[in-house]
Amino acid sequence: MQLRKVTAASAAVLALSLAATACGGDKKDDNGSSGGKKIAIGIKFDQPGLGQKTPQGYAGFDVDVATYVAKKLGYGPDQIEWKESKSADRETMLQRGDVQFIAATYSITPEREQKVDFAGPYLLAHQDVLLRADETAIKAPKDLNGKKLCSVSGSTSAQNLKAKLNLKTDLVTYPTYSACLSGLQSGAIDALTTDDSILAGYAAQAQFKGKFKLGNFKMTNENYGIGVKKGSDLKAKINTALESMVSDGSWAAAVKKNFGPADYKNEPAPKIGDVKS
Amino acid sequence: MFDFLGHYDVLGAFWTTVQLTLLSAVGSLVWGTLLAAMRVGPVPLMRGFATAYVNIVRNIPLTVIILFSSLGLNQTLGISLGAKGFDAINFRLAVLGLIVYTSAFVCEAIRAGINTVPVGQAEAARAIGLSFSQVLGLVVLPQAFRATVGPLTNVLIALTKNTTVAAAINVAEAALLMKKMIENEAQLMSISAVIAFGFVCLTLPTGLILGWVGKKVAVKR
Repeated sequence: MQLRKVTAASAAVLALSLAATACGGDKKDDNGSSGGKKIAIGIKFDQPGLGQKTPQGYAGFDVDVATYVAKKLGYGPDQIEWKESKSADRETMLQRGDVQFIAATYSITPEREQKVDFAGPYLLAHQDVLLRADETAIKAPKDLNGKKLCSVSGSTSAQNLKAKLNLKTDLVTYPTYSACLSGLQSGAIDALTTDDSILAGYAAQAQFKGKFKLGNFKMTNENYGIGVKKGSDLKAKINTALESMVSDGSWAAAVKKNFGPADYKNEPAPKIGDVKS
Repeated sequence: MFDFLGHYDVLGAFWTTVQLTLLSAVGSLVWGTLLAAMRVGPVPLMRGFATAYVNIVRNIPLTVIILFSSLGLNQTLGISLGAKGFDAINFRLAVLGLIVYTSAFVCEAIRAGINTVPVGQAEAARAIGLSFSQVLGLVVLPQAFRATVGPLTNVLIALTKNTTVAAAINVAEAALLMKKMIENEAQLMSISAVIAFGFVCLTLPTGLILGWVGKKVAVKR
């Protein structure tokens, strides 16, 4: 009797798992028949204003740029397959061909250019600080000396403070920017530092409106590019697409839509290939 | 392929890892032993406390404990453990978090060791009029420790690797350096290989030496 129960149970489990795999197969077929070809694009899923996964879909400046570029490459919005590309995975994802291109706050640097090719840049961002709206003591980058700053563990912005900007700050880092925001609100932290575009995205969120302000210090230049596989012919096509995005006004509209509420003074659209160091 | 290593203080980062490991190891050995003593002790309240502590703490992910010690204790409650500056504060908080977490496992290892001591020994010790603390301190624990060298080595190796979680609150140890290097260099494979090799260099000798010690001190029954 005992044995029979076990056999029946395992048969049920087996049947279920078979059914599950069958479902998976069906789904794939659906994808194939509905759109024909698909394009996989890497974005960030957790950065408001740039690339964020929301219950309503994907939103942000990177998403808008990628959607526009995909349209120019011949893919409608429903043919795009969004994939999350975390900072550490970006080069590997391109090299393996998991995604065709990546628009994920991807700064063009000489080290990265050895591994992948960059189209663009499509946005010139600067390292900046986010302050409480009533903060008056911090007016210039040098006022940050001795202040409590927060950033994301291991990020370029966290490293720049000491190495590039020569600031003696008291730095704490957490895995996400949201963890910094609570400390900033309560006063345990004086400033949150990273690219102004990312900060503007946070400041523009409905629940933070009016609580924070940008420092507008322009401490470094970050040239956001679109990463493609080394030697790919996509680079030229994406560059053409980016040029037309700027000339037909969609670029300015996307900036206004995503960063508008944060009082973010964006740089004019960068020229293709003009990487500011 | 490994020429990027010159720009980074890899040894310094691993030294921080070693410091984190040793301080937390000593702390959790002390606190874990006390917890084990409470769990086998005669006072129901202490037994209940230690049991609850072990069962709660070992089921909370370490990341949550470490992040709570920084976000909760420091940022919200303003506890700084007598240190100034986030670097020092977070190092101490990381040690605290690792002790809180690891001591639950140390406690269970030692309790298992106590169970290897024949019950007749404790009875004999009580029969000649020793108090509970004397029975535990003079008769049971010395034998228990000799039996738990092996399990405690496992805990120590796990602790060494768990110190990487402290990177979440900016303690400048090996895993944080790895994050920095990956961010700057775009060489995922070789960087991970270097860090993995570093940890093997720390844990392999630990395992071999303590394994030898364990054999040497084991009570042959």
